[in-house]
Amino acid sequence: MLLIKCPFCGPRPEIEFAYGGQAHIERPKDPMSLDDEAWAEYLYIRNNTRGVHSERWRHINGCARFFNVRRDTISDEILVTYKVGEAPDAVPEKDRPTKGGAVR
Amino acid sequence: MKYRLSSGGQVDRSKPLRFSFDGKGYSGFAGDTLASALIANGVHLVGRSFKYHRPRGFMSAGSDEPNALVGVGDDEARYTPNLRATQVELFDGLVAESQNRWPSLSLDFGGANDALSRFLTAGFYYKTFMWPAAAWKRLYEPMIRRAAGLGRAPTAADADRYTQLYSHCDVLIVGAGPAGLAAALAAGRSGAKTIVCDEQDRMGGTLLSEREAIIDGLPAADWLARTLQELGSLSNVTLLPRTTAFGWYPHNFLGLSERVTDHLGRKEGNLPRERMWQVRAKEVVLATGAIERPLVFPDNDRPGIMMAEAARTYLNRYGAVPGSRAVVFTACDSAYRAALELKGAGVHIAAIADVRPAPEGPWVERARAAGIDVRPSTLVTATHGRLHISHADLASEGASSSETVPCDLLLMSGGFTPSVHLFSQSRGKLGYDEALKSYIPQKSVENERSVGGCRGLFDLGASIADGFGGGLGAVRGAGGTPVTEQKIPVFVQSFGQDGFIGALNGKSRRRAWVDFQNDVTVKDIELATREGFRSIEHVKRYTTTGMATDQGKTSNMNALGIVSHALDLPVPKVGLTTFRPPYTPVTFGSFAGQSRGKLFDPVRQTSIHDWAAEHGAVFEDVSLWKRAHYFPRQGEDMHAAVRRECAAVRNSVGIFDATTLGKIEVVGKDAAEFMNRMYTNAWTKLEPGRLRYGLMLREDGFITDDGVVGRMATDRFHVTTTTGGAARVLALMEDYLQTEWSDLDVWLTSTTEQWAVIALQGPNARKVLEPLVEGIDLSREAMPHMSVREGRICGVPTRLFRVSFTGELGFEINVPMGYGRGVWEAIYAAGKPFDITPYGTETMHVLRAEKGYIIVGQETDGTVTPDDVGLAWAVGKTKKDFVGKRSLARPAMTRDDRKQLVGLLTVDPKVVLEEGAQIVVDPREPVPMTMIGHVTSSYWSAALGRSVALALVRGGRARIGKRLHVPMAAGNIEVEVVTPVFYDTEGKRLDG
Ligand SMILES: [Zn+2]
Repeated sequence: MLLIKCPFCGPRPEIEFAYGGQAHIERPKDPMSLDDEAWAEYLYIRNNTRGVHSERWRHINGCARFFNVRRDTISDEILVTYKVGEAPDAVPEKDRPTKGGAVR
Repeated sequence: MKYRLSSGGQVDRSKPLRFSFDGKGYSGFAGDTLASALIANGVHLVGRSFKYHRPRGFMSAGSDEPNALVGVGDDEARYTPNLRATQVELFDGLVAESQNRWPSLSLDFGGANDALSRFLTAGFYYKTFMWPAAAWKRLYEPMIRRAAGLGRAPTAADADRYTQLYSHCDVLIVGAGPAGLAAALAAGRSGAKTIVCDEQDRMGGTLLSEREAIIDGLPAADWLARTLQELGSLSNVTLLPRTTAFGWYPHNFLGLSERVTDHLGRKEGNLPRERMWQVRAKEVVLATGAIERPLVFPDNDRPGIMMAEAARTYLNRYGAVPGSRAVVFTACDSAYRAALELKGAGVHIAAIADVRPAPEGPWVERARAAGIDVRPSTLVTATHGRLHISHADLASEGASSSETVPCDLLLMSGGFTPSVHLFSQSRGKLGYDEALKSYIPQKSVENERSVGGCRGLFDLGASIADGFGGGLGAVRGAGGTPVTEQKIPVFVQSFGQDGFIGALNGKSRRRAWVDFQNDVTVKDIELATREGFRSIEHVKRYTTTGMATDQGKTSNMNALGIVSHALDLPVPKVGLTTFRPPYTPVTFGSFAGQSRGKLFDPVRQTSIHDWAAEHGAVFEDVSLWKRAHYFPRQGEDMHAAVRRECAAVRNSVGIFDATTLGKIEVVGKDAAEFMNRMYTNAWTKLEPGRLRYGLMLREDGFITDDGVVGRMATDRFHVTTTTGGAARVLALMEDYLQTEWSDLDVWLTSTTEQWAVIALQGPNARKVLEPLVEGIDLSREAMPHMSVREGRICGVPTRLFRVSFTGELGFEINVPMGYGRGVWEAIYAAGKPFDITPYGTETMHVLRAEKGYIIVGQETDGTVTPDDVGLAWAVGKTKKDFVGKRSLARPAMTRDDRKQLVGLLTVDPKVVLEEGAQIVVDPREPVPMTMIGHVTSSYWSAALGRSVALALVRGGRARIGKRLHVPMAAGNIEVEVVTPVFYDTEGKRLDG
């Protein structure tokens, strides 16, 4: 069971969270202006990353907030968790999870 | 006693215990395992093998035991099959039985399989039972199941209690052998919160059978006692004996299974049988030791053939002597120690057959000095004895003749395999060590380290030093301050690293066993490689080697060695099979914990539930809710009850508990804009006090939910959802609000549990309600269909909806949940003069189907657009955007031949179609026919005196007026396609 650091609540076990799919897929501002191919791309095409994957999680049984996670899909190592709209690089080193997902 | 020493070991000879095995009484001592007690009684035959029903005895003394699986328990409710006798602690009155034999262990008819063995080779099941497929179910599978197998499942429900708990620690140490205990000393003295678990009843591992070593100036047993006492005195250290770390899950989360009461026999106090510990550790120290490898030689599976270290353990720890005349067959030094210790206990050592051409070193010298016949380059080429070994054939390698040596015990040792199971489960990288002929941990992925034997350090001194260092490292890793390094001096005669993997059966035609539990021989593995299997993962599945409940603890490396030899590939090129949890089998009870019976799943009940139960309601499960399905009166079946309930609603008035509907309060300055984006409908112009049917799509354009929405104020909506969709809808709303439109000023609150909802439906609904309501004008003019008013009912605040899901004049009365039953009873009393009738979900379904109202999840299946079900009117055409709008414009979403909602009337009005039945144009078409749709809802309509059905049919609307067919097993049913509204097609009754 993953140990995920909610940016609002701190490290919590995976059962408190719901997975939210790939992160940083922005809904087009004007969907009707997209052609079918571009819309299908937004709707259906997702990465199947072997390695570091940016994904959304929701602390559904906690603060209920969505946030973003960078997780290595091979090792399950969580490199950083950050709020929606935040740049992952802006998270200070001390607030990043260790390998085990716990805060240092 | 012949097979029990008069002193020595850790059994308590002052506490004799009675037990039975296969109905025969025996006695042992406190501190015995079932295995050691049977050995002390001279019993070695304890099981029949999985496939060939070969007689089998004890091979090991621990959790790696492949043969001695027994069923324990004199009571079906507490019977456990497939327990390793080597781990079953003896208690007074223990009842155990052998498995997979009939009629008895010594006379077993299944043994005929053994004579047929040349037909039962690898892949036998796949090859022999391929055809005909139908015979599998009736013939092959039952036959195979009867002939092959392990224990039997108990016939009564488990009477025991199991608990689960979470725990957090700085350092978790798995294994309390010398390395683990040294690590525990380091972590414990450093003040780290430490948990030490060990699968055995006593901590100490190999130290429990150590006779010679001096540790820190003390004999091993004394050092062990002192160490356990010190650890026990530290408040930051938790010692968990009888606790198996069975699984490693991501981020240092480990599952431990603690056996709490099995060793006590009858239950004492309120203790659970087992505890499942779920431990999150900052750092893990694996000190899981190593497992001695069997040698693979002809007839190596007879009772009386066991691991050399197991014999030492029985002798030193339990004072149980496994034989009187032994042959030792080895590829390493450690078996010499076993031979010397057994000789010291009076066992005659007939010979040590050593695979190595020139064994030398202190242990070999000691054996020779003790007068033992050491034979280099010597193999065991056959063994004899029906139910127990009686002779072994010894031959020099390459020699054509052999010598037959009488013996009742054969000890074998092929060296040691580090136990890397948990390390591998943690996804750490293993590397092959050519000298050790084993895989050892190379690179950690998680915050863990391996110490001692499990990383190939078999020397006691090195192992203890490694453990202490590992403990300090773990403390540092967990952010603590380690105590200073301490050197623990150890004096012991150490061993080399010799060992052997693979087969030693030469050209013998006799079978040599690799996997004892699954009955896999060298021939099976060689056959698999000849048939083209090269990857060990494939060989494993084809031959089933390593796939038994012991997961190949004693067999995997030998299987690898055989494949490597057969394919002439180095071992690392053959690969290694995956280690998976659990390390040893864990009971279902332990995983279930308290989740049994009423606690299996939460049950949601409305505040009106008890009233319904008191009035005879039959309930159905809708997600977690209990909903009243129908209210049968004396002698009524469901159909009769539903017919009566339907008529009551159509003719007078019915009352229905709609509390389970999902409810979400959408509030804020931008609430209307948010609703515009989430729902297909237009909300801006909806005035406060009005209701609207809302339709919600997913972004892919398909219907996901619907419900009536009330505008309570310009900035406040009372949204209802389907019963099963409430959580999903709220999650979808939150998703868009938090991640796409965080600029909107909107708050979402689930109010499902806040409101009880009473639906009052039928032409007399207003008359019943009027006298109870204050501050709301219920008249037709003041409160039209699809409006909402706030006021009071029976003095209780209410949001009163005028709405109908039946086609009749109707109201839905929302009151605070706690008042639900009170208001319900008041309405019910007021309705008495009108013969008010409570109705359930079945009647609700019939009434709405008569009106062609859809139910999301029944008429829709996740591939249905608003237009498909005739709800195009609910889609705001002028809105620039809403969730799903762009998808509706894709070409496939507007094709004429999409499946569309239509009504079906059977030509024979008495026939009620089956929901889910397929619809065809031409019933004479050969099977498989072209299916153009299916029945989504089908009922008997009391109001119409005939059956009605809704269906999704390809190009359905263009087929209205035409006839189609529903082919069923009992014959074809002809139907007419009609518009999906059967009752009151003009909708006049709504305005009643
Ligand atoms: Zn949170």
